[in-house]
Amino acid sequence: MTTLLEIADYRLAFDTFDGTHHVLDGIDLRLDAGETLGVVGETGCGKSVLARSLLQLNPSPPARVVSGAIRFRGEDLLRLEEAALRRLRGRAIAMVFQDPASYLNPLLAVATQMEDAIRGQDSAAGGRPRPRRAARALAAELLSAVGLPEPQRLLASHPHQLSGGMRQRVLIAMALAGEPALLVADEPTTALDVTVQAQVLALIDGLVRARGLALMLISHDLGVVSASCARVAVMYAGTVVEEAPTPELIARPLHPYAQGLIAAVPDLGRPEAKPRGMPGSIPSLLHPPSGCRFHPRCPLASERCRVEKPLRRTLLPGRSVACHHATP
Amino acid sequence: MTAPLPEAPLLEARGLAKTYLTPRTAFRPPGRVAAVAGVDVTLEAGASLGLVGESGCGKSTLARLLLRLVPLSGGSIRFAGQDITDLSERAMRRLRRRMQLIHQNPSAALDPRLTVMSAVAEPLRIQGIARGRALHDRVAALLAEVGLPGDFLHRHPHELSGGQKQRVCIARALALEPQLVVLDEPTSALDVSVQAQILDFLGALRRQRGLSYLFISHNLAVVRQVCERVAVMYLGRIVEEGPAAEVLERPQHPYTRALLASVPRLGVAGVAAAAPGDPPNPADPPPGCAFHPRCLVAEPACRTTAPALNFARGEDHRVACHVAARRGLPEMTETT
Repeated sequence: MTTLLEIADYRLAFDTFDGTHHVLDGIDLRLDAGETLGVVGETGCGKSVLARSLLQLNPSPPARVVSGAIRFRGEDLLRLEEAALRRLRGRAIAMVFQDPASYLNPLLAVATQMEDAIRGQDSAAGGRPRPRRAARALAAELLSAVGLPEPQRLLASHPHQLSGGMRQRVLIAMALAGEPALLVADEPTTALDVTVQAQVLALIDGLVRARGLALMLISHDLGVVSASCARVAVMYAGTVVEEAPTPELIARPLHPYAQGLIAAVPDLGRPEAKPRGMPGSIPSLLHPPSGCRFHPRCPLASERCRVEKPLRRTLLPGRSVACHHATP
Repeated sequence: MTAPLPEAPLLEARGLAKTYLTPRTAFRPPGRVAAVAGVDVTLEAGASLGLVGESGCGKSTLARLLLRLVPLSGGSIRFAGQDITDLSERAMRRLRRRMQLIHQNPSAALDPRLTVMSAVAEPLRIQGIARGRALHDRVAALLAEVGLPGDFLHRHPHELSGGQKQRVCIARALALEPQLVVLDEPTSALDVSVQAQILDFLGALRRQRGLSYLFISHNLAVVRQVCERVAVMYLGRIVEEGPAAEVLERPQHPYTRALLASVPRLGVAGVAAAAPGDPPNPADPPPGCAFHPRCLVAEPACRTTAPALNFARGEDHRVACHVAARRGLPEMTETT
């Protein structure tokens, strides 16, 4: 497998009036072509900021890259000019977001918005935009590809006439227009009902297989990540604390935070297992804890954890953990 | 449950209905939306009933009807043996100390300018129950009961985490010593590690105080943890009702089955898209059984006649489905 994306020691800070928030603290992740990676964590762990970093969508200021590299096909995105980034955005790397309604213009027909997106990508690629009629034909094709019946009728509708699930499908169709190699999906089903969520997850799964897409799925829901991703990275307070094949992480988490997170999820399949809460709350990123950022809440914490930041080390094949005390 | 049965249920509603009229606008004619269409609810003292369903199914409207926070379009409600259907607002206000509501978003439910002390003291002051030193002691005791340290009394909401804010809301609801607590998605705005703490705490609280819960949630696993009974709603009606273990482990209604099959499971790759299409528009409900356009086993009768909620699988488990009522559905197999 060829490496598609490589994030190396990526640090990002937000400069605000209160001071500097250390939002991402040395992220290392790799994604091969056609691979699926889930990024899970609770509110404020930095997972969405990380996702937006891949397209350089974090407004700067306040965002400031402190160090590191994000290499896509070997090219460091952090050093690209705006024009070069525009060629990547929506083409090689496409993104779908949590709330589909806010990414569609309520005043324009679906057709207009899809044609504009397709033609915009033609220009970004350096060519002349294709004629509207050709763009519309492609739009109809893409709507069929995401399982929407009667594409012509849909193209003539406005966003308010569509359900939440249909809107998210329209946005996925637009994301496919540039034939991306990597799809970044940030909580793509969180705003949807569970029966519709199942449809959209099945769609993403089918597209990943049929088109050989690589997928980076950001979610707070370990069930959603289990359904869609072969590998998972668990984030806590701006760091990746554990990375593993998804079934292995769920069956036997090695990092104390991952253990706590999984034990807190109520599982329909095992109603007798009572979910357990985790003491404490997430730390401030303005003054993050010294050493391991999880140490104030960790049952295993020792003096070393208060002083020395644990580096992620490989404990088992394909599994790495950032903890001084974790054992395979 | 081995508790002795009380004489009358704490809450009993028959044929509850709520129809909203939508006004004429430049873009559409006036219309009627049946948010709740003929629902029966029985809640025994000390019991917990879960109300599940997707957005727009009417579960929150039903909760507000039961508390008489919105006017009824039809039906009747009895609370602790008393008919409260037509009770005056004055009389309702006295009764409301015995029924409390906890909202989904604790940040929106708390006034940002009030300290924790003022927020929790407010209902006690309004109902004229305590003043001065007694009020202060009472609020401090409530905070201790919900597991917050005493120095939180003088904090403002912005100094609290989401879980702590929800504990303040719970303390405020407990202040008037209610018998019935309606919890509308109480953990949906919280992270999963905090959710587990709050659910655990709510369970202990119910046992200690003998409270009755009406627990509204879209999360089936949460309801399974908290509730003894569960009612599944679809487009303003209850389609299945029974003991939580029965309904969620041996579901009879095709919609309940689709809901359960759609929930992504920990450590299981893939998820079954078990109900095609979207939930219908309540302003334009399908004829017959509202679920038939998405149902994989629908028959001609389902398109014309709405099924009644009838017993299935014994005394205690009811289902509104023509197919399940006549021949039962095959045992559900675990989807992978």
